[in-house]
Amino acid sequence: MLDSMQGAVELGLLYALMALGVYITFRILDFPDLTVDGSFTTGGAIAAVMISAGYSPWLATVAALGGGLIAGAMTGLLHTKGKINGLLSGILMMIALYSINLRILGRPNVSLLNAETIFASISPIPLMIIIVLCAKLLLDIFLKTDLGLAVRATGDNPRMISSLGANTDYTKMIGISLSNGLVALSGAVVAQQGGFADISMGIGMIVIGLASVIIGEALFGSKTVFQATLAVLLGSIVYRIVVALALRVEWLKTSDLKIITAVIVIIALVFPSVQRAWKQKNLAHKRSVELSGGER
Amino acid sequence: MLRITNLYKLFNPGTVDEKTALAGINLHLNAGDFVTVIGSNGAGKSTLMNIISGSMKPDLGDVLIEGQSVSQVPEFRRSRWIGRVFQDPMAGTAPHMTIEENLAIAYKRGQSRSLRFGVTRGKRAMFREQLARLGIGLENRLRAKVGLLSGGERQALSLLMATFTNPRILLLDEHTAALDPARAELITRLTEKIVKDQQLTTLMVTHNMEQAIRLGNRLIMMDKGKIILDIGPERKKTLTVEQLLGEFEQISGHKLTDDRIVFG
Repeated sequence: MLDSMQGAVELGLLYALMALGVYITFRILDFPDLTVDGSFTTGGAIAAVMISAGYSPWLATVAALGGGLIAGAMTGLLHTKGKINGLLSGILMMIALYSINLRILGRPNVSLLNAETIFASISPIPLMIIIVLCAKLLLDIFLKTDLGLAVRATGDNPRMISSLGANTDYTKMIGISLSNGLVALSGAVVAQQGGFADISMGIGMIVIGLASVIIGEALFGSKTVFQATLAVLLGSIVYRIVVALALRVEWLKTSDLKIITAVIVIIALVFPSVQRAWKQKNLAHKRSVELSGGER
Repeated sequence: MLRITNLYKLFNPGTVDEKTALAGINLHLNAGDFVTVIGSNGAGKSTLMNIISGSMKPDLGDVLIEGQSVSQVPEFRRSRWIGRVFQDPMAGTAPHMTIEENLAIAYKRGQSRSLRFGVTRGKRAMFREQLARLGIGLENRLRAKVGLLSGGERQALSLLMATFTNPRILLLDEHTAALDPARAELITRLTEKIVKDQQLTTLMVTHNMEQAIRLGNRLIMMDKGKIILDIGPERKKTLTVEQLLGEFEQISGHKLTDDRIVFG
């Protein structure tokens, strides 16, 4: 039990970077970006191929980040300059990345067993805590700069920000690019911790990212940017704990993981709106009773 | 300051729904002019505003700011010269961001946005000072989310955000229409004060006849995509709503109709 909890925290931290990326597009830009499923694999593939070719694992990790930034910028270009619907531009890029990822990998999977990864001298949990916190704090700072404020306003009120002189094409591309950079970084650390990169490692990533964002915000709140990014990180860990607990149920198999994820996201999405509607109804009823002078 | 020459705009050209929104508008505003615009439904007032601000492109004609043609300049770049307040109080501010963050975004109007902190101590003091000019206590709520403000407060903030960097031209698009009378009066008073203090060249569309006569030094009336009446400062001082309505009927041949119009 304790072992599986520790494993869950570790996985949560590894995927937390991806969740931060999804937070940028889904919450800040209000742009449902499906590139994630592809760019996650891109990150893992770049890191695995470079490490097995003998490059420093840190260099490989940074290169993976760069690959994600480029993939995101491409999706941004399709959406802003090509005027393609947001969902569709993400799907198109995801499909295109499948072939690109296969080209990078050269074969469906690349093993990293016996290769030196960033986790060679430090165990995953402490190192990931450092990396994840650095990423979170840098993102917090970025979102408070003039450019970051413009990116946030682009998702909040695009009409206002273009009347105030920001090019929304540019701010969107920055946000989507940054998001996929983080996602690819996550893919790189996941591949190194797992000891392999696989062409299908990114499937369903967007849903896991959404689950982390929604669970985190529901449990830990999102009043300020600082609080929201922290909530997303913790959400990623909570998600892994929930999955670990669910898998202990006897009649569930490992292959049921995707449907468990889907169900968690559905509950997390439906519950708050049902709760709000219920509260509203109760409040309205209470007020009506008050206004009618206490009669029922 | 602002010159508009022979402006045409068609909607749905070549279809049965073809509509001429602007049919040859010529207008010239001198620096410091405060022009109010009234007109019936579909007269082309909003289209004119959208073309000046750059959110729509004209089919023919040109817009010049300080003698320079800006027809091909995209909206986000034109904002360097143009401040704008929309009719919808929700349109001019970002609801999930704080008052000081909204002001920091407006402060950078027309400048490049870098990786420096948006809200610094120095700027915060300046924002507080500017908010105090509104006189509605927003200076004590710098870190409140804008979504928590009332419609009137949000519109006052939009007005400040559009003006505190001294744009060359201020566009007001029925910016009091969506507010209740008391708040509309507050925003009108603030508008008058800000435009006067900063000597802003202003074009204000309004549906309130009395307001159109009371504010500014010039009044223009639009009908069917044309300017049909242009009243200068001398005549405007003695103008009444009845005279204005009479004049409109005489020139256009029909009554002034607008479902939102307020006569006084």
